[in-house]
Amino acid sequence: MYTEKVMDHFTNPRNVGEIENAKGIGEIGNAKCGDIMRIYLDVEDNIIKDIKFKTFGCGAAIATSSVTTEMVKGKTIEEALKLTNKAVAEELGGLPPAKMHCSNLAADALHKAIEDYMNKNAL
Amino acid sequence: MRKVYLDHSATTPVRSEVAQVVTEYYTNIFGNPSSVHSFGREARKGIENAREQVANLINGKPEEIIFTSGGTEADNMAIIGSALANKNKGKHIITTAIEHHAVLDSCKYLEKEGFKVTYLPVDSEGMIDLETLKANITEETILITIMHVNNEVGTILPIKEVGAIAKERGILFHVDAVQSYGKLPIDVNEMNIDMLSASGHKIYGVKGVGCLYLRRGVKLHPIMFGGAQERKRRPGTENVPGIVGFGLASELAGQEMEMENQRLTVLRDKLITGILENIPCTQLNGHRTQRLPGNVNISFEFIEGESLLLMLDLKGIAASSGSACTSGSLDPSHVLMAMGLCHEIAHGSLRLTLGRDNTEEDIDYVLEVLPEIVERLRAMSPLYNNRDKHRNHREECSICTLRK
Repeated sequence: MYTEKVMDHFTNPRNVGEIENAKGIGEIGNAKCGDIMRIYLDVEDNIIKDIKFKTFGCGAAIATSSVTTEMVKGKTIEEALKLTNKAVAEELGGLPPAKMHCSNLAADALHKAIEDYMNKNAL
Repeated sequence: MRKVYLDHSATTPVRSEVAQVVTEYYTNIFGNPSSVHSFGREARKGIENAREQVANLINGKPEEIIFTSGGTEADNMAIIGSALANKNKGKHIITTAIEHHAVLDSCKYLEKEGFKVTYLPVDSEGMIDLETLKANITEETILITIMHVNNEVGTILPIKEVGAIAKERGILFHVDAVQSYGKLPIDVNEMNIDMLSASGHKIYGVKGVGCLYLRRGVKLHPIMFGGAQERKRRPGTENVPGIVGFGLASELAGQEMEMENQRLTVLRDKLITGILENIPCTQLNGHRTQRLPGNVNISFEFIEGESLLLMLDLKGIAASSGSACTSGSLDPSHVLMAMGLCHEIAHGSLRLTLGRDNTEEDIDYVLEVLPEIVERLRAMSPLYNNRDKHRNHREECSICTLRK
């Protein structure tokens, strides 16, 4: 039911963990629906220097979190803000229809982390 | 890679004795049992023999067995059929909150047709309370339908006691025995069961066959229309190979039940103890002792069931879960929710169901690979590090989850 790329990101997730004194943290989801994603950002000169995630959720939730961190690492804040959940799913070669809604939230978590960074820095 | 199948409550492999006889009835004894000629008569003989084998296993009479396409059809026939046939006596049905959807959705259908349905609550081990059952019986109650063994958590419900209550009050009693037929002793007379649903593929028979036990004299409104097969209760040309295989699988299950249950109980308890003792923050779901010999259902805090299943699958282990992703809805299993589990714990449930082909080496293998898988997923989980925050969160969780 999952593409090879989803399984690759699920079994070897990139950028798992936390960043100490992160410049921005974003969390989305809740335990009720079974998915919680948290993204940590380190930003320098408007560029995402480091990004880490922690996710409680199904295979799709973990894979979308992982690929999201890969897609925006080294990108500018403006570029990262343009990332959509749809683009994340496409990057993974698609997701099962049932997962598009409930587990494809990593871009939203990223945007929340960026928002947190901007608020903290009064940008 | 080692392959370990631990999903026997989903389905079982067809045992070789059954496969052999099924093949025989697909190829050589292929007649339509309604035909007059020798081909038809031979097929008929196969069906009637199977009817005896099935009846023997539950102490019913052969003429009280109606072959169906499986457990779901039998549940639909029993519940909808008996409700419609008895609607002049009353329109109230009692069931439990933890039934299989074949029962729950049949009840939902009847609610739309003007029936009232009471869904009995269960305690944290998935057990019903007999006093609550008695208190909910009214003059209008025409049917009690309760499962023998819960398919998810393996809790064995007090069917005999419910049967006695139903008989005393003159109410029809249907038992969904899909998870217990061929695995636990059933006596429809001693247990006062009027209708009972069973399935072939849960006991090493083929898929697409099951039966309804219908006590003589119990009225059923037909839900299918056509020929005169199965005394017009279930029209349509019989699935002869499946039925013959179901009969043999039933007979063999009866012969092996006691020995197999002893063996499975030892393996099950080793698996339960091994997991609970070696992996922290785990809990057993379902009843500790009133439990199907082959059922293990454990929740792993901080992780979600589907990712656990995928990880196990990569190690060759087949299991199932009550998480939302695997329940086919946005909510986790209705059974775990009815037992009062909080969403997060329900999402992290793992069901391992043992069967004939499992050995102690299989259990050792699971106990060897499971801790590192759980640890790996927990390391990824945002709920894992911050224990204190998590504890607060869980208190909220247990408040917000309704105990239905």
